[in-house]
Amino acid sequence: MAEEDRELIESHEHPLDGYLREGRIPHIFCPGCSLGSITNVIIEAINEVGFDPKKVSVVSGIGCTGRISGYLNYDSFHTTHGRSIPFAISLSITDPERKVIVISGDGDLFAIGGNHFIHAARRNADITVICVNNFNYGMTGGQVGPTSYMGQVQTTAPYGFNEESFNLPHLAATCGAVYVARWTALDVRRIKDSFVEAFKKKGFSFVEVLGSCPTTFGRRNQLAEGKKILQHFADHTVLKHDADPKETKIEKNGPFIVGKFVDIEDKPTLTDNLLAIQRISQASDKKS
Amino acid sequence: MKSSLERRRKKPEWPAFTNLDEYKTTPSQVYIIKERCKECEWCIIYCPEQILEKSDEINVKGYHHPKLIDGKSFEDCAECHFCELICPEFAIYVVKQDDERGNNDE
Amino acid sequence: MMSDGNLDLPEILTGEHFTTGNHATAEGALAVGCKFFGGYPITPSSEIAEHMALRLPRVNGHFVQFEDELASIIGILGARWGGYKSMTATSGPGYSLMVENIGLGMMTETPCVIINVQRGGPSTGLPTLVGQQDIMQTKWGSHGDFEPIVLCPSNVQECFELAVQAFNYAEQYRLPVTILMDEILGHMSEKLIIPDKSKIKRVNTKKPNVPPEEYLPYKPDKDLVPPMAIAGDGYNIMVTGLTHDERGYPVLNVETQEKLVRRINDKIRKNKDKIIILEEYMLDDAEIAVLSFGSVARAAKGAVNRAREKGIKAGLLRLVTIWPFPDERIEALANQVKTILVPEINYGQITREVERTTHGKTNVKGLFKMGIMHNPQEILSEIEKCV
Repeated sequence: MAEEDRELIESHEHPLDGYLREGRIPHIFCPGCSLGSITNVIIEAINEVGFDPKKVSVVSGIGCTGRISGYLNYDSFHTTHGRSIPFAISLSITDPERKVIVISGDGDLFAIGGNHFIHAARRNADITVICVNNFNYGMTGGQVGPTSYMGQVQTTAPYGFNEESFNLPHLAATCGAVYVARWTALDVRRIKDSFVEAFKKKGFSFVEVLGSCPTTFGRRNQLAEGKKILQHFADHTVLKHDADPKETKIEKNGPFIVGKFVDIEDKPTLTDNLLAIQRISQASDKKS
Repeated sequence: MKSSLERRRKKPEWPAFTNLDEYKTTPSQVYIIKERCKECEWCIIYCPEQILEKSDEINVKGYHHPKLIDGKSFEDCAECHFCELICPEFAIYVVKQDDERGNNDE
Repeated sequence: MMSDGNLDLPEILTGEHFTTGNHATAEGALAVGCKFFGGYPITPSSEIAEHMALRLPRVNGHFVQFEDELASIIGILGARWGGYKSMTATSGPGYSLMVENIGLGMMTETPCVIINVQRGGPSTGLPTLVGQQDIMQTKWGSHGDFEPIVLCPSNVQECFELAVQAFNYAEQYRLPVTILMDEILGHMSEKLIIPDKSKIKRVNTKKPNVPPEEYLPYKPDKDLVPPMAIAGDGYNIMVTGLTHDERGYPVLNVETQEKLVRRINDKIRKNKDKIIILEEYMLDDAEIAVLSFGSVARAAKGAVNRAREKGIKAGLLRLVTIWPFPDERIEALANQVKTILVPEINYGQITREVERTTHGKTNVKGLFKMGIMHNPQEILSEIEKCV
């Protein structure tokens, strides 16, 4: 065994640096935040599918997760709070070969942006929505959010949150999404495979990733470090493919049900339908 | 029930007539970008071969980056790339080495 | 008629038509190359959406009815970044929902066109009656400092022409342009002459002429407007509503804010003379000026004609662009005339602007009505009082 094999080799560049915007690493995410891992996984998934990087657009909203578009070296659009989905729908319609990925947080997509999510799923817009669920509004300091669970303590729920948490896979499946999956931030390999499936899917695909947020969520809920949150996930995660999305609600001590819940083929997308309208409207021209 | 991590620590016994040297390939190399590490410890905790630990050295931001445990080497790395995939800081990565020996099929 | 499902319709329907203001605006947009409409129905602008739903698919465009105005405005911004000239149409309540993302359009310098067919307000107000109450909102509705371009047609022919002009301004100066119509104009029918294709000018944004490694998305040219690369061009653009530097990356400090905010305002302020469009009618020797816009200008012109018949030296200054406001022209007018009358269907919006720009050098009197257009006799009576 060579001597040099006993020490990690020092480097100053990462193989994926070309896919990150120059001068923007180190990113702003906290130590122990899973957003960096998810950025890593997105790049690996895009490479594995083999998309032409020119044809990939990343749209994000406001919040910590929304900052991911600023680090990815594709066409990045950092829009207003809750409005990333209609922007993404228009991008996908204007070029059916374009892959549009929406990456945003739970509050951005499901509180202020909830209406847009519902209709995009209903219309089967050809986009992939990745929601990193950290159970609170992190960037603004840790307020409670639609996915906060019963008993959680946050700044705007100092006595403990006593409302139901939003069951995101259930919402997505009910609205008509053709691909619904949930993973925890620990399970990076499965997240990557799931992203690859979701990216390849025609239609509205939705992946929820339970993220680790030590600073504003963890410290207020006895999970003060990223590694503690990941261990909490590891202890309470139950892998159950094809689980009924109705039963996947998140509660304080789990079980966190993860897996691929919905995978539907051959549903016409919004782009298909709009192109069909073009054909129908022009066919009457040909008849004359 | 033992976790998968615990079950893997005990290496299996190979039959005596198998010459393992015939099958050995050049181990992958593991690189660390020390200045990027933020001491989240995820690579250390979740390495399936448990070959990493926190070093005593600190980087420019004051964090202890990982190092190989004394006695461990790249030979012990399972080349699973899990540390590379889970690192939030793009600070650690594994590079497979080309080899004439052994079976290099993926 | 355009709306009877006639077959064989190209983008530009050259010829004579008899149609409504709403339809004329839609045809103007199609003539200048609009390929995407994202909207939501609201009286009195729904006809624009309906007409675009009928016509756009035929010219290989897309009509998308979104779930609300919030989605509509950001949907059209997305369509432009995807490469399609885009527009939406709404009225006062819808415009109020859109203002946040009009701000995003200003900050990201996205060309698009928003039509506001004004009705009575505030709030739900008078959906089926006219108003001119949204003028200040187009300038101050969204938070932050920006200079909008707002066009205001006065007859159906102008609806067509200003729709073409709006898209061209939007592309040239890279910002959302608003067309302020009103319910009377939207629903009235008049003759419209659509010219031949060769007479309709189409302006597109400047494209970058450097390779991706050298391109800075927000580095302006001499006219303070940066060339625009869109999604799919291979430039890996970064578009954000946060304060950004020339690379488009968020940089949140004093210096960047100074540079960016001043530039997106100056690109309009410094090019004001090329943007402002006014109609001056019998103003050369006028002693009393009537300053008006939109449908009311039709009555004002009639009043000026009748006043002249009676020997009163009246003149009309019609604002075709409301923003940028023609400060210098009105200040010059104040030196010439005794009174400026401002008939408007609101409780004093442009009147205040005129008071501001005249600096007390002349009398300024607003003539306010609600829910209905002035008739020429009313304006004439006021003119006579000033003599």
